[in-house]
Amino acid sequence: MIVPQLPIGSVVESLVYWISDTFGFILDLFSALFGFVIDIFKDVLMAMPPLLFVVLIAAIAYVVGRKDWKLALGTGLGFIVILSMDLWEYSMETIALVISSAALALIIGIPLGILAAKSETLYKVLRPILDLMQTMPSFVYLIPAVIFFGLGNVPGMIATVVFSMPPAIRLTTLGITQVPKELVEVADAFGSTPWQKLIKVEIPVALKTIMAGVNQCIMLALSMVVIASMIGARGLGYQVLIGIQRVDIGVGFEAGLGIVIIAIVLDRLTQHLTPK
Amino acid sequence: MSYVEEGLSKDEIFNKTGQTVGLYNVSFDVYEGEIFVLMGLSGSGKSTLLRCLNRLIEPTSGSIQIDDEDVTKASKERLRLIREKQISMVFQNFALLPHRTIIDNVAYGLEIQDFAKDERHEKASVAIETVGLKGHEFSKPSQLSGGMQQRVGLARALATDPEILLMDEAFSALDPLIRSEMQDELLELEENMQKTIVFVSHDLDEALKLGDRIALMKDGEIAQIGTAEEILTNPADDYVSKFVAGVDKTKILTAENVMKRPDPVVSLKSGLEVALKLMEKHGISSIYVVDKAKRLQGFLKADDAVRAQKAGKTMEDVVIKEFPKTTVDTPLQDLISIRAETDKPIAVVNENEKLVGVIVRGSILAALKTTEEDDEEQEEEVEQ
Repeated sequence: MIVPQLPIGSVVESLVYWISDTFGFILDLFSALFGFVIDIFKDVLMAMPPLLFVVLIAAIAYVVGRKDWKLALGTGLGFIVILSMDLWEYSMETIALVISSAALALIIGIPLGILAAKSETLYKVLRPILDLMQTMPSFVYLIPAVIFFGLGNVPGMIATVVFSMPPAIRLTTLGITQVPKELVEVADAFGSTPWQKLIKVEIPVALKTIMAGVNQCIMLALSMVVIASMIGARGLGYQVLIGIQRVDIGVGFEAGLGIVIIAIVLDRLTQHLTPK
Repeated sequence: MSYVEEGLSKDEIFNKTGQTVGLYNVSFDVYEGEIFVLMGLSGSGKSTLLRCLNRLIEPTSGSIQIDDEDVTKASKERLRLIREKQISMVFQNFALLPHRTIIDNVAYGLEIQDFAKDERHEKASVAIETVGLKGHEFSKPSQLSGGMQQRVGLARALATDPEILLMDEAFSALDPLIRSEMQDELLELEENMQKTIVFVSHDLDEALKLGDRIALMKDGEIAQIGTAEEILTNPADDYVSKFVAGVDKTKILTAENVMKRPDPVVSLKSGLEVALKLMEKHGISSIYVVDKAKRLQGFLKADDAVRAQKAGKTMEDVVIKEFPKTTVDTPLQDLISIRAETDKPIAVVNENEKLVGVIVRGSILAALKTTEEDDEEQEEEVEQ
């Protein structure tokens, strides 16, 4: 049986090149802006003496974890291990990339999630796009990112934002739509404006679910930042890549361990941000 | 809507359009300062009707008037103002905001109106005190019991000082004992505040206890509107009479419903002669004595009167002041126990001590008998 071949691949290809050619100057602007943001985070983290950072993040863990000294101790120890493996700079670069990517993903994702909760139409449009974003192998994002932004940290960040945004959108939508009907009625019955209803009732009630989305988003950002090393994003991922290329188990494992430590710390910290 | 006007049944309309008729042809007045109960089984449309009053659910047609304003025609902004100032609502499952303290929950309506923090906390504290929760201001809702949570719900509704309170099955989620307690407190609050309350309930006992007037709903229409007594003693149709069949009438019927006219009575001034003649004429052996203003003074027996007349005493000397007496609003239940302690007739007086009726041996039994007969008739109908 002969099925005519659909030119999906070539259509997408020409679309991507068309965007790249037509909006080149805007893309350059974004590229500069994002590069600038990543550099700020990186410079701040790098400028800090490693031991100060260790103390600081342990203190943050202590406060966020509601005086959980075990969490604080574990966090501090984890980063000392990273320091002792001589992976400090790579780690800071990875963290800077994760934070800036996740922040952008959340800045776009949470409002979009709220809008999708309010508008059935938007949700219907968004759902297949989110499905696509989540199931498309993450490597595929790297290709247009390279075409739009070249090699380096910025395309890595863009690919990461695209990859890590869906759970933030989905869980925000879920949280807002799951606010009990009676509570929404309370807001309406006392004459709240839509804005007051959102700020004073819906977001606080949905906060737990939204924060689960934040946690997911940060975790996915970390995993994507590692993969993005294939298009020149720096950091621990790049060390893993070197380990693969040279078949050097030691380098690969150390960098991998560093990623695991950062992942655990970020996960615990964001989990504790969720209100009880 | 046109289908409804053509007189199609709900099922027919559902089959044609896939839509259900929620409410149809509902029309009623709620008077200022009364508790108006909307009662009916689940699905009868009572909660929907309540939500139409403040347009949480938009009615497709018809009008709702508060004072002289048509709420259904109010603009969005005007509707918000009405909800802020005039109507507030108490919800079945309390619907407290879990992330807020009690005082911030109560102050919610004031916060919406942009009151400064101090002022809204001050007003909220007053409301919290009114419902008896002083000392719990800074607890979280989850730390309170169900009854206390609903007090918070009530305080929140009162804090904005609205004219109208909508209460949606407000006590249905509470334990029976707490529920009864809350009902008593609501009645007490209502005595002092004189708010207009529309109360939705599926519990007939609750409706009878709280409602100045009750609207019994069935399938989105009102089957009957009236006072508890009117609905019990004079049901409009079979549905209403079946609905109220299970009610213990001894709790609802009062002395007023079972008493006879106190004929004859004699004035204190008219003397023993007149009293004796009256008794002779009516063939009775005792008579009630009233003063000029028809206030009940006592009870005179024929033989006492004869003896007194012989001894040259006046009526005042022989009038018996100790006798069973009750007020018009005493429930039948209590009359039975008074009746059990005495064989004398029971005098019924109104709030001005005026004699308005008398309950003799047969009256209570007769009243109970008719209610039982009613019940039997209804059972037969059900079987057929």
